[in-house]
Amino acid sequence: MNSEVAMFRRLIPLLLAAPLFAAHAGQVQVAVAANMTAPMKKVAADFAQATGHEAVVTIGSTGKFYAQIQSGAPFEVLLAADDETPAKLEKEGLGVAGTRFTYAVGKLALWSADPNTVDPQGAVLKQPPKGKLAIADPKLAPYGAAAIEALTKLGLLATWQPQIVQGENIGQAYQFAATGNATLGFVALAQVMADGKVSKGSAWIVPAQLYTPLKQDAIVLKPGAANPAATALVNYLKSDAARATLRGYGYEF
Amino acid sequence: MGFTREDWQAIALTLKLAATTTALLLVLAAPLAWWLARTQARWRGAVAAVVALPLVLPPTVLGFYLLVTFGPQGWGGQLTQSLGLGLLPFTFAGLLVGSMLYSLPFAVQPLQHAFESVGRRPLEVAATLRAGPLDTFFHVVLPLARGGIIQAAVLSFAHTVGEFGVVLMIGGNIPGQTRVVSTQIYGHVEAMQYPQAHALALGMLAFSFAVLLALALLNRRSTRVFG
Repeated sequence: MNSEVAMFRRLIPLLLAAPLFAAHAGQVQVAVAANMTAPMKKVAADFAQATGHEAVVTIGSTGKFYAQIQSGAPFEVLLAADDETPAKLEKEGLGVAGTRFTYAVGKLALWSADPNTVDPQGAVLKQPPKGKLAIADPKLAPYGAAAIEALTKLGLLATWQPQIVQGENIGQAYQFAATGNATLGFVALAQVMADGKVSKGSAWIVPAQLYTPLKQDAIVLKPGAANPAATALVNYLKSDAARATLRGYGYEF
Repeated sequence: MGFTREDWQAIALTLKLAATTTALLLVLAAPLAWWLARTQARWRGAVAAVVALPLVLPPTVLGFYLLVTFGPQGWGGQLTQSLGLGLLPFTFAGLLVGSMLYSLPFAVQPLQHAFESVGRRPLEVAATLRAGPLDTFFHVVLPLARGGIIQAAVLSFAHTVGEFGVVLMIGGNIPGQTRVVSTQIYGHVEAMQYPQAHALALGMLAFSFAVLLALALLNRRSTRVFG
């Protein structure tokens, strides 16, 4: 009985503080590119811990988000898969001027769900093609365009062209490879990496000189202009803690 | 804004897919619908429920299961490989299987309804005239169920033309092989090519309206003839 009273006493300051805390804590609606799915879960959890704000995450492709934002979607922050879309949104007045920055530079990986298919030098590409090669649609997704660019620079595009299947985004390209329907897939390194190493299947990290850097920009959108939680999220993404998390998934800065 | 060469390719592929799906579905759905219309079996309800599943399932669920089942690790994939058919995802045959499942209720339900409304009487009359069961089916039941057959064909065709989620999942978006009109429209929107998206989307809208209008006119005529 006494101990219960004591515990209740200890809780009182917390109970009193709760409404104060709630008044400060806010929500921010974030549209997040598909290649950031896994890291964003961790970043959002850490962000909530660090600031008390909640990031409500919607995953999708950057092109779809652009169309939805133009039609008045209530997203407050966009974490795009490219640097063109945020620039375009800023120019069109849908993004808040001056809030645009590169939050990550993505890396491309050739990946197979089978642990023995891809060698660390990517020599598997030079052998005669076996099975399908999944990529994201190069017209829609920067990772798909990067895959085509890398194949072209290696002089292997013609060899692999008949084997290519396209997902509408990098998430679907991964899905084709993960179910084994495609033997190989060009995916975002972040999709197959955790804690700094490839966590499943086998992968070749495509050397950076084979494709244009995958700069991923973020921007605060008009609905989030006056939301402190939106500003807090953008600041958090620039912090060492967030960058350490993203680095563990293979992103650079 | 006209159509691009890739748009035409997608249109041609969509029409081919819808026509093949409809033809195969009518052949397969007729005996199933006939059985559902006449049987007293206890598992009739369960079969009817399975047939109706694609009406309530999101197409992405259907497509996802097809992708997993017919992948190299799935039982379906191992079956098709052992039959020498290879793997179904990313092929026209794969889209065909997906479309037939997706449009199954649109073929079975109108047929079943039509068979039920034929009733027992014409069958009994045919039997007293010594017609065999197959003879009765082809010369008595099918002509009487004509309205339902046309309805089943038109609905299966139109529904397959509008298919999106299934082909998105198992298609692989290969021009000329698995890229249909709906995924082409989606691609145009994502690539922010809105004029091209408008041209195709408007065509799809006009087509759907024409189909439903034709069905309505047809229904009015058939009730006038048979009603």
